[in-house]
Order: sequence, then C-alpha cells, then structure tokens
Amino acid sequence: MANSISLWVFLYAFWFLLSGHTEPLLLGFGAVSCTLVVYIAHRMDVIDHEGHPSHLSLKILPYWAWLSWEIVKANIDVAKVILSPKLPISPVMFKTKANQKRELGQVIYANSITLTPGTVTVNLEDGILEVHALTIQGAKDVLSGEMDRRVCQVKGEMEGKY
Amino acid sequence: MIEMILTGLSWFFILLGSAIILIGAIGVIRLPDVFTRSHAAGMIDTMGAGMLLIGLMFQSDGFNLVLVKLVMIGLALFFTSPVSSHALVRAAMADGAKPLLKEGVELEGALKDEGDKSY
Repeated sequence: MANSISLWVFLYAFWFLLSGHTEPLLLGFGAVSCTLVVYIAHRMDVIDHEGHPSHLSLKILPYWAWLSWEIVKANIDVAKVILSPKLPISPVMFKTKANQKRELGQVIYANSITLTPGTVTVNLEDGILEVHALTIQGAKDVLSGEMDRRVCQVKGEMEGKY
Repeated sequence: MIEMILTGLSWFFILLGSAIILIGAIGVIRLPDVFTRSHAAGMIDTMGAGMLLIGLMFQSDGFNLVLVKLVMIGLALFFTSPVSSHALVRAAMADGAKPLLKEGVELEGALKDEGDKSY
C-alpha cells in the first residue's frame, strides 16, 4: 500500500512537470489518470522492488555523480583510440562475477558497465557477467572491482530486506 | 554579463557534444566489427547526447519547466541507452557473430571459461 501511494505521488509529479497545467479541472484529470495507472499496476502485481524501487534511497545520487565522471573519462579514452592513426584496439571478452546479492543490484552493475564506453555487458546469468571490452586497459578497469564495490554500497541498505 | 557567460557555456557544451558525436561516427566507420563499433556508438548516446543536453539547459534562462524536461530527457537516455546497447550486442551474439579478439591475453581476476561455477 505504501508503495502504491509513493508510485502515485511519483506519477503525479511526473505528469505535472510534463504538462505544466494548473487549472483545477486538468489537475483533477491528472489525478484520475494516475489513480487508474496505479490501480492497473496493482492488479498486474508489478509494484514490487523491481518495478518501483523506492528502497534505493538517495544513496544512488552520489553513485550517479561518480558514474558520470567515469563515463566522461572513458569517453576521452575511447575518443583517443578512435582518433589515433594506428587504431590501437585490443578487444577482449571476459567473464567476471557480480557481487550484488539481488538481481536489481546486478542489473545496475551490468548497465553501469554498458553505459561506460569501451565496455559492453554481453550476458548476465547467475551473477556472472560476460563483458566485451575495446582495450585491455578498459577490461582491467572493470576487473579492478571499483564499480562493483560502489554498486554494493548503494545496494547495501536493502540487502536482506527482501 | 551573466547572459554572455551563459551563452558562452552553452556554446561550449553544444560544440563539445557535437565533436563527441562526430568522433563517435568516425569510430563507427573505422572500427572493424559490430562489437567494437558498439563502443563508438556508446560514446554518442552517453557523452554526446549528455553534453548537448547540458548546452541546451544553459539556453533555458533560469529554472523553469523547459529545464526540468531536459533533465527528464537526460534521465530517460541514461536508463534506456545501456539496455539498447546490450540488446544489440546480445542479438549479434545470438546470431552467431564472432567478435574479433586479441589473441593470447591473460586477464588477472577474470573467471575462466571452464568451471565457471567453481569460483
């Protein structure tokens, strides 16, 4: 129930920011639409920790900031590789373990790897990631486990809760 | 004065984003196979699009709904682009495409192909 209410508030804020309307009639229509969506989602039983991860808390914000900076650094590396005349690529494919206990955490980790240019997650099965990297250096950065550790920290609060 | 600084920053980020997109496009042409090319495409939809959005945010004079919508576009890209990249390379794998790999590389800490479950 608490999750349904927080989903409703989230949807209504989203609707309001996109529409920008303040007339009572339209605000009412917005509220009705949100209620309908929450009702359907409730009936479909998709308001759980995956569909509406309200337990992730604000700890994810510093992680996003860190990830954005990593993305900028990785972009510069890939740009250098592409622009250098010799095209010094050394593509490798390797498997590594995702240390997050829950699937949502593993998906956050896998998507973070994909989001960083130079590394793409090809497969994720039973907590084993299969990663394709453009250069050996990129592969070593993933294997250093820094990102893995940080995702675990973000998820730290909710481990064992579900 | 403030106006000029904001316009300057806006130009800087828009040009930077455009440059990144151009480099990404060159990468898509230069790199040899679908997997390495997806890395170049990844540049375009992370930093290329991100820098363009930041540049546009400086154009929105002040805090208003346009700014909020630009942030929302950024978040939507942030969540969807890794999914599409992953779907692309996974489809390529499923279709039997073999990635070009550098031979004889031993990576410390990576799991071996045999005995995956015995870590």
